[in-house]
Amino acid sequence: MARTVQGVTDPPGESSAFGRLVGDRVSRGLGIAVLAFIAITVAYPALAMVRRFLKVAGERNAETLSFGSTVDIVGFTITQAALSTLLTLAAGLPLAHVLAEYSFRGRRVVEVATLVPFVLPTVVVAIAVQRALISVGMNFDGIDGSLPAILIAHVVFNVAVVVRVVGVYWRAMDRRPNEAAAVLGSTPLSVFWRVTLPRLRPALVAASAVVFLFTFTSFGVIVILGGLSRSTIETEIYRYAITRNDFSAAALLAVVQAVAVGGLAYLNQRLQGRVGASGGSPARRRWSQTMSWQQVLHAGTVIVITLGFLLSPFALLAWRSVRVDSGFGLDHYAALALRPAVLPISPARAVVHSVVFAAAAAIVATVIGVAASVSAQVSSRLARIVETAVLVPLGISAVTLGFGYLVGFTFLELRRSPVLVVVAHAVIGLPFVVAALLPAIRSLDNGVLDAGVVLGATPAHVLRRIALPLLRPAILAGAGFAAAVSLGEFGASGFLARGRSSFTAPQAVFGLLGQPGADFQGQAAALCIVLGLLVVLVVLLIDRGRSTLGRGWL
Amino acid sequence: MGPKLCILVGAAMLAASCGGEPDTIVLLTHESFVLPNGTLDTFTQDTGITVEVVQGGDAGTIVANAIATAGDPVGDVLFGVDNLLLQRALDADVFVAHTAEGLDDVPDRVKLDEQKRVTPIDSGYVCVNFRPDALGDASPPQSLDDLRRPELAARFVTQNPESSTPGLAFLFATIAEFGEDGWQDFWRDLRDNGVVITAGWSEAYNNYYVGGDPGGERAIVNSYASSPVFEGLFGGEEPMVSSILAESCFEQIEFAGILAGTDAEENAGRLIEYLLSPPVQSEIPLSMFVEPVNQRAVIPEEFTRYATPIVAPLALDPAVIGANQARWTQEWLELFRE
Repeated sequence: MARTVQGVTDPPGESSAFGRLVGDRVSRGLGIAVLAFIAITVAYPALAMVRRFLKVAGERNAETLSFGSTVDIVGFTITQAALSTLLTLAAGLPLAHVLAEYSFRGRRVVEVATLVPFVLPTVVVAIAVQRALISVGMNFDGIDGSLPAILIAHVVFNVAVVVRVVGVYWRAMDRRPNEAAAVLGSTPLSVFWRVTLPRLRPALVAASAVVFLFTFTSFGVIVILGGLSRSTIETEIYRYAITRNDFSAAALLAVVQAVAVGGLAYLNQRLQGRVGASGGSPARRRWSQTMSWQQVLHAGTVIVITLGFLLSPFALLAWRSVRVDSGFGLDHYAALALRPAVLPISPARAVVHSVVFAAAAAIVATVIGVAASVSAQVSSRLARIVETAVLVPLGISAVTLGFGYLVGFTFLELRRSPVLVVVAHAVIGLPFVVAALLPAIRSLDNGVLDAGVVLGATPAHVLRRIALPLLRPAILAGAGFAAAVSLGEFGASGFLARGRSSFTAPQAVFGLLGQPGADFQGQAAALCIVLGLLVVLVVLLIDRGRSTLGRGWL
Repeated sequence: MGPKLCILVGAAMLAASCGGEPDTIVLLTHESFVLPNGTLDTFTQDTGITVEVVQGGDAGTIVANAIATAGDPVGDVLFGVDNLLLQRALDADVFVAHTAEGLDDVPDRVKLDEQKRVTPIDSGYVCVNFRPDALGDASPPQSLDDLRRPELAARFVTQNPESSTPGLAFLFATIAEFGEDGWQDFWRDLRDNGVVITAGWSEAYNNYYVGGDPGGERAIVNSYASSPVFEGLFGGEEPMVSSILAESCFEQIEFAGILAGTDAEENAGRLIEYLLSPPVQSEIPLSMFVEPVNQRAVIPEEFTRYATPIVAPLALDPAVIGANQARWTQEWLELFRE
């Protein structure tokens, strides 16, 4: 069923037109470069961590880690990640649909606003969700924890992934098969189920994989909302390594996690398949500039409900940030320029550091992500390995990576270098770039590319003048994502030893929230608002390129 | 490194690697380490030694870092290992011994390692905080034992000892107070009478405690002796300040140590002596909000204005902590999962 509505489908075992244009040699070279990058930045440190932890543990065995409890932990980790992914899809698709179908002023701002929760430190969102649930009467005794609370927090974080990855793909999708189905008598619902959804599959699978792995390694949300009885592989690695210094148990769990993630990434790659839907056709659809009142109602309802849900923690913070002794004012924002007693530098400087890291990490992630997506277009074993490998960093514990960098990069004073912070941010951003770009390349209309070649253009010319402009929205969506991930990152880099010049905004939020005092709480709220607005601004700037779709790349 | 190799490496490196110790040393510490701008610059002016401060997570994380990198450490000096974590760091041989000048001015109570592998720098307390005005008809707690009373336990919020340092210190406080035979009964009473356990300090204080921001409805929270100082100094124009249950306080002593494997042992020792010197010790109360250990330090009035003196804190021997912590926290977890 799925195959028959795809339009142009490549015969199995053959490269797509795009893959043929790139050529086997270039594709192989790019693939090897990407694998080398992942080997150095992920595989090597992970192995170094496991080796070192086992050595430090010596003859002390993992006493408290039984087979049964490990199975339980792996089971809950996968269950909560799967539920989080399903709910995030359900919560994100209506908005992705609205943003794909309609053109209206502020459409892009709505899309970018979904990224705001993404940059808030997870701890801040988890605390906000807990607060909101207490206020509606939910009983948290902190002992049993709450799966619904975990899922809600995960959805708030990850809706942006669905909206962006699926939305961008959906908007570029050729509507003619849908129109044909409608003309032939299908109801709108049946068109959606039997035509639209199957054709969205590459983007749905890509977004699901990212959300799944992101929640698979979720830490702050599980610790805060999971109570005493719910733990995941990630929280247990932290507990054994940091709290108990039971390094052999931590190493064992790190291996379990890596194996699970490798398997899941492989599964994703199989699911994604070699789908060559004719999507980003140059016969682009014209969006009507005027919307009927039903359309306005539909779009308005979806936007208000989705953003209301996603931004409610943010709204509470905004309210807190302007509340001062004498009523309301911007005092907390002004105070961000000064060093508060509990931080080594001013929050404003921490924000500047964060922006520099985000820029550097986004560039690295985008370059590697483009290379990976391009190299995955030919039909070869290497291409499939690349496609699997780029997802793995998302599913590897922050403890594994952070300590892997500490014990693996002992040469050249790398351990204290800001370079490691950039690398730690970039490897987490990489899967987001690939998730946005890979389905877009897969959906390129082979006919258009072939036509270019038939008409006498060189492959390089076709790639630059036809493919690149069509792929530009997806590349920029990925870059924006990588920047947003970096702005909020508080994982592996939190374990690195960093100088003051690497002190970032999430660390500042954390420091301010760590002590009593209304001034600090107000400043932490103001800093979160600044971070949220910053991500909107940065991503809108990156996205500006998308409006010139169809013109040249340069 | 042999002399020939040094010549090959070049003149600049030669000065650094062959002629004495490097003139930059690295201080590895947690993210709560703050000293006023310029304090370390004074050290550089006096000694010619530049200090690079690197921070990596909380105290538990930097100790795990030091253990994982033992022998090839990220820094030369570690500041921030406390008596809760001390034994595991000593067991892993991460420090080399150093007798710091100025130790004579430090009370014996805080000198926890006879071999002087670590030097005490400051001391703070994890204490039960409460708001008498929010207790309703319940009378304020006078002792740790009072907290098991139903009307107080139902108004109390504390933290999971496996995910929170103050939570762990409070568990130790109950073990120090009630002993191996009594602490579980105390916790059973807390549990049955409705105590709330959170993962971290921030949720307990800001989501449940009446004095938090935005705050909740509970009148008693496990926090720090310094919390009222923060409330007083950074709580706006008319701050509300919590009371301290002095009988519940568990002392948290922070130490500095020279990391084994450093090539700058001598300079590292000088930095530790500087941290212990009265001028720096006098800066500690208003920069890290804990008490200096050097009795010649001057504690500013601003700090004492809101601070409650803790005369007889609860304590456990670090060796006892090291030998029993995993079992205690496991028993605590099982008690709550019953």
